[in-house]
Amino acid sequence: MSIRENFVVPKRYNTIAISLMVVGILAIVGLYVTSGSKDDAHHQARFWASLLQNSVYFLLVVNASMFFICATTLAWGGWQMAFRRVPEAISAVVPVVGVICAAILLAITFGGQHAIYHWSDTEHVKHDPTLLHKEGFLNKGFFAVATVLTVVLWSVLGWKMRQLSRSLDNEPLKTVEERRKYIWKNTVWAAGYIVVFALTVMSSLPWLWLMSIDAHWYSTMYSWYTFASTFVAGMALIALFVVFLKNNGYLEYATNEHLHDIGKFMFAFSVFWTYLWFSQFMLIWYANIPEETVYFKPRAEGAYSGIFWLMFLINFLAPLLILMTRGAKRNYGTITFMALLIIFGHWLDFYQMVFPSPMTDEKGVTHVPMILYDFGVALGFVGLIMFAVGRALSKAPLLAKNHPFIKESLIHHT
Amino acid sequence: MAVKKFVVGNFDDEAVLFPAVKKVRRAGYKIHDVFTPFPIHGLDHAMGLRDTSLHTAGFIYGITGTTTAVSFITWALTVDWQLNFGGKPFFSLPAWIPITFELTVLFAAVGMVLTFCYLCQLAPFVKKDHFNPRSTDDTFVMALECTDKTNEAEVIGFLESIGAKEVKVDYKETGWWLGRYDKDTKRFEKKAEAVH
Repeated sequence: MSIRENFVVPKRYNTIAISLMVVGILAIVGLYVTSGSKDDAHHQARFWASLLQNSVYFLLVVNASMFFICATTLAWGGWQMAFRRVPEAISAVVPVVGVICAAILLAITFGGQHAIYHWSDTEHVKHDPTLLHKEGFLNKGFFAVATVLTVVLWSVLGWKMRQLSRSLDNEPLKTVEERRKYIWKNTVWAAGYIVVFALTVMSSLPWLWLMSIDAHWYSTMYSWYTFASTFVAGMALIALFVVFLKNNGYLEYATNEHLHDIGKFMFAFSVFWTYLWFSQFMLIWYANIPEETVYFKPRAEGAYSGIFWLMFLINFLAPLLILMTRGAKRNYGTITFMALLIIFGHWLDFYQMVFPSPMTDEKGVTHVPMILYDFGVALGFVGLIMFAVGRALSKAPLLAKNHPFIKESLIHHT
Repeated sequence: MAVKKFVVGNFDDEAVLFPAVKKVRRAGYKIHDVFTPFPIHGLDHAMGLRDTSLHTAGFIYGITGTTTAVSFITWALTVDWQLNFGGKPFFSLPAWIPITFELTVLFAAVGMVLTFCYLCQLAPFVKKDHFNPRSTDDTFVMALECTDKTNEAEVIGFLESIGAKEVKVDYKETGWWLGRYDKDTKRFEKKAEAVH
C-alpha cells in the first residue's frame, strides 16, 4: 500500500482561507474608517492597537512551531518525526506574518502613535524622568533595529532548518557516519536558533513590543509569560493541523500516541502559563506598590476584569480539567475543541495586554472597545496562516522518510 | 491467604515470553501473573490487564488537598484568628495559592505512594511467596493457576511447546504474611490444604 505522501490543498480549504482573509481586510478597512482615520490620537490608537495585538500574537504563535522543532532537535528527540513536516510548514509562515508585523510595529513607532508607545514621543520623554532613564532601551532606533533583525534571523534560521530537513527527501544517507554528521549539523543550527529565540521572545522582545505600551511599568516575568502564552497556542495550532491532516487521510504514521504527546504539551504549558501569570500577579498584589499595581488596576478590577478572568478560566481551568485524562488527549474532538479554545484564550490574553493602556483617556477612564472588527482582524490572520500553511504543506512530502530518527517515531508509544 | 496450585513456566528470553503470553491467552488458560527482571513495554497490554486507576485516586487525593488547604486557611484567618497583614483583607486568596498548591501536591503524592504500596501489598515486614527467585535476575516466570479440572500434564506440555525452558507444578502462598523468610516455613506445611 502506498502512503499519501503529498498534501493536495482541497479547493474548499483555500476558499475558506481566502474568504477569511477578505473578512480580515474588510475588518481592517472598517476599523480604519470608524477609528483609524479620525483626527484624535485615541481613535487612531484603537485602530493600531488592534493591528498590533493580532500581528504580534499570530507571529509569535507561528514562530513557536520553529521553537518546537529546534527544542526537540536539540534534545535529540525522535518522537516528533512522524508529523514534523507540520510544524515545519507552520514555521514557513514566519517571514510573511513577520513582514506584516514589523511593518505595523514600525508604522506605530515612526507614525507618531504616542498613545500606544509613549516613549516614541521624544518631546514628552525629555520631561519624563522614568522614560528618560529607559531611553537607552526604549528609543526608535533600537526598536527598529531589534524588530527587523529579529524577524530576519527567525526567517533565515527557520529556513535553514527546513532546508536541512528537505535535503534528505531525495537522497538518503547511506552510512552511520553520514547520519551522525547530519544529526550534528541539525543540532548546531537548532542551537543557533534557540539562542536567538532566547534573546528575543524569551527575554527582551515582548518588553519592546508589548510591555513598552505601559512604558512606566515593568515586569521581569513578562517575556516568559508571553513565551508561555504563545508556545501553548503554537502547540494547539500544530495539534489542529495534525488532526486536520489525519481526518483527510494523510499522516498515516502519526498515531494517537503522537497526538497524546502534543496534548501533553498543551496541558503542561497551560499550567506553566498559569504559573507565570500567577507569579507576576501575586508579587505585585502582595507588595502593593502603586507604580506596579497600576498595571493590574484596569485589568483585574477595572473595565477589563471580564476579559481578564474569562481568559484565566479558558487558559487555566479548562485545559487543566478537560485535558487531564488520557482519553481526552487521544480524542480528536476534544483536542480540536481545546486547541481552538486555547488559541482563542491566548488571543484574549494578548487583547488585555495591549488594549487597556492606549484605551485610557485623559480623564483616566479605561474603555473596552472590543467589537466585531477585532474578531474580523483575527480571522484575517487566521485565513492568512491557513492559506500559507496549506501551501507550505503541499510543497514537501508529509513524511521526512530519510531522517535517521524516523523509526523511533514510527514505533513511538507513550 | 490461601495456598494454591500452579503450573510455573520459566522462560529465558523476552522474545519467547512475549508471543508465549499471547498463545497462552488464546488457548484459554488463565495467567495468574508474569514476573520479569525488568519492565517490558506492552506486556501488560498482551496480558490483558486493565489500565490502573491510580491516576483517578491521585486526582481525588489532589482535590482533597486543595479543599483542605483552602477551607482550613479560610477558617483560620477569617474566623478563628484574624490577622492584619499589611492592610490586606482577611480573605486574601492570592496569598494562599502557593500553600494550596503545595498541599495539593503533597496529598496527591503521599496518597498515591501509599495507595500504590497497598495495591502491590508492599510494606515493611510483609513477606510474599516467590515462584522463582531468579525472576529478579535473568528468568521470566509465567504462573498459571490450576483448578480441580486442570490437566497438569497437558498444561506442562503446552508451555514446553511454546518455548518454556523449565516447567513444574508448584504450591504457592498467594497472600502475604508478616515474618521472616529464613524462619517462617509454615506455608510449606499446608500443601495438603491447597485450594482448588
